[in-house]
Amino acid sequence: MGLVPFILKKLLRMAALLIALCILSFWLVSYSPLDPVQAYVGADMTRVSSEQSEMIAEYWGLNKPPLERFLHWGSAVLHGDLGTSMIFRRPVAEVIGERFMASLALMSTAWLLSGVLGFALGAVAGMKQGTWADRLIKWYCFTLASTPAFWLGLLLVMVFAVWLGWFPVGLGVPAGKLADDVTLANRIYHLILPALTLSILGVANVALHTRQKLVDVLASDYILFARARGEKGLQLFWRHGLRNVALPAVTIQFASISELIGGTVLAEQVFSYPGLGQATVQAGLRSDVPLLLGIVIFSALLVFVGNLAADIIYRVVDPRIRKGESA
Amino acid sequence: MPTQTKSKPILEVEELSISFAQYTSGLRQSSLKVIADLSVSVCPGEIVAVVGSSGSGKSLLAHAILGILPGNAAISGSIRFAGQKLTAEYQEAIRGREIALIPQSVNYLDPLMQVGKQVRNAAKIARGSSPDRAAARKIQREAFARYNLAPEVERLLPFQLSGGMARRVLVATALVSSARLVIADEPTPGLDDAAVRETLGCFRELADQGRGVLLITHDIETALEIADRIAVFYAGTTVEVAPVQDFSGGGEALRHPYTKALWRSLPKNDFAPIPGFQPHPNALPEGCLFQPRCPMATPECTAGRPEMRAVREGMVRCIHAS
Ligand code: SF4
Repeated sequence: MGLVPFILKKLLRMAALLIALCILSFWLVSYSPLDPVQAYVGADMTRVSSEQSEMIAEYWGLNKPPLERFLHWGSAVLHGDLGTSMIFRRPVAEVIGERFMASLALMSTAWLLSGVLGFALGAVAGMKQGTWADRLIKWYCFTLASTPAFWLGLLLVMVFAVWLGWFPVGLGVPAGKLADDVTLANRIYHLILPALTLSILGVANVALHTRQKLVDVLASDYILFARARGEKGLQLFWRHGLRNVALPAVTIQFASISELIGGTVLAEQVFSYPGLGQATVQAGLRSDVPLLLGIVIFSALLVFVGNLAADIIYRVVDPRIRKGESA
Repeated sequence: MPTQTKSKPILEVEELSISFAQYTSGLRQSSLKVIADLSVSVCPGEIVAVVGSSGSGKSLLAHAILGILPGNAAISGSIRFAGQKLTAEYQEAIRGREIALIPQSVNYLDPLMQVGKQVRNAAKIARGSSPDRAAARKIQREAFARYNLAPEVERLLPFQLSGGMARRVLVATALVSSARLVIADEPTPGLDDAAVRETLGCFRELADQGRGVLLITHDIETALEIADRIAVFYAGTTVEVAPVQDFSGGGEALRHPYTKALWRSLPKNDFAPIPGFQPHPNALPEGCLFQPRCPMATPECTAGRPEMRAVREGMVRCIHAS
């Protein structure tokens, strides 16, 4: 199958998936026990008369039956309008865009760091299979694979922010500083701990996968033959190990974007980092249906793009598939 | 065209045994001897075929000579290369330079690397550490031309090669190495007749250049066509080493009862199968390994393992051979 029909097919599946996802999310939210009007008004609920709350519901269309609301919302989305966030009182697209930029810095740092670190650790473990280095790395990965992001985040905050005071306890920028005065260094400073939390956790997947793949490669016939030809050590790894292991590692890393998003939601919450993840939690807790659905669509797209990138890279970079098609 | 063994052997394997540590139930360790007291030698310009049934561990001989056995293997006996004992360090130093391996199949090529580059790498290693790209490329192109591989083949990946092409690429890796000893491990299975003939021709040529060629195969007919001497491998050891001319007529010139039976079992001869099976390495019989199946066995045959001894122009491991 050529690349274009392949992508078209993927896009079609994506569209079907998105529609199903929207219906499901909308249905779930409509059963939420939280009263959106109350969530909207907040603590002042006691001061709001029932007529007022009627009017608020009327204004947001909350008193219509769920199906009607869904259709109304759906047709707007198809016209490119994601609606208005109830808690931010701004267009959903704008909120997502702004929050995403903050999250993007966090996520891409964590993604790159965990990818590089994970690959390196996996490569070392695989090359030194059975030694203490291998056992240490494996132990680290297995331990981390079962560690929740928020727990690790809290631990890091406690150690590095509270006890040692090296890093800020939270937020994306220094508290009380005017937006115009915030420097890049400020932002990076606030980024380090949450990024570290996510990287430390993200390492396990790539590392274990790379290790296993490298162990398989090293046991392969072509490595045996390469050794018979006098290749050894780093040269052997560089020539035959790296190529054969890097490809699956890159694929795994792209495919792991979904987990990264999950981790980001928790990490941002722990660090009060003003990103998309935090917005998701707020939207969920306060029944901000338009924002929540917008985020659901957006993160689904993100995951989809990650998986698609993994697929495309595999097809474009792997010379077997590339040459197999042109031959 | 049998070369007589005038020159000193390039490879001498004496009493080689290879065993593997195995974990049986729990942590109890036992060792499985897969090759026992194997002896064979190869002279420059000579093709010696080690013939034995498939899956009997013959490949391990090649791996032992190259020093690339897995970590849980233990070896005893002696292997000498050009008169010098092959230690692990010496093996590492001459692997790919003095000794080249021609492996079984295309799976032994890196699936993601162009085959030309793999041959060039072999050429570079053979010529010391200074990698001269242009020189390596020239050597590789000459080798490809020599084996009728079109110039564009060098940019193909292993999976794009046909069986015959893959075989020639593998032989080319040995040709460019300028090794004095070439070990070919099961080089012909899966090839059609023309490709087999072509491959055998390559081996003859390597030998005619003055290299020693050790051919490890299960295919006795191929071996008879090309080799100067045949070493017959049975139950982990060599039972006979015979010049190829001895394989003629009714096999009267052969020394060991197994070799004779093997010769007669060929389609072009009596096509009579040998009754029974080869024993498994962990259930070897008493005395002579062939004794349970041997038509000439006598009570003395169970007394002990027969030693390898010289009989006429060859070697044999049978107390009654003459
Ligand atoms: S030693 Fe005895 S049993 Fe063994 S091959 Fe010779 S005759 Fe047969």
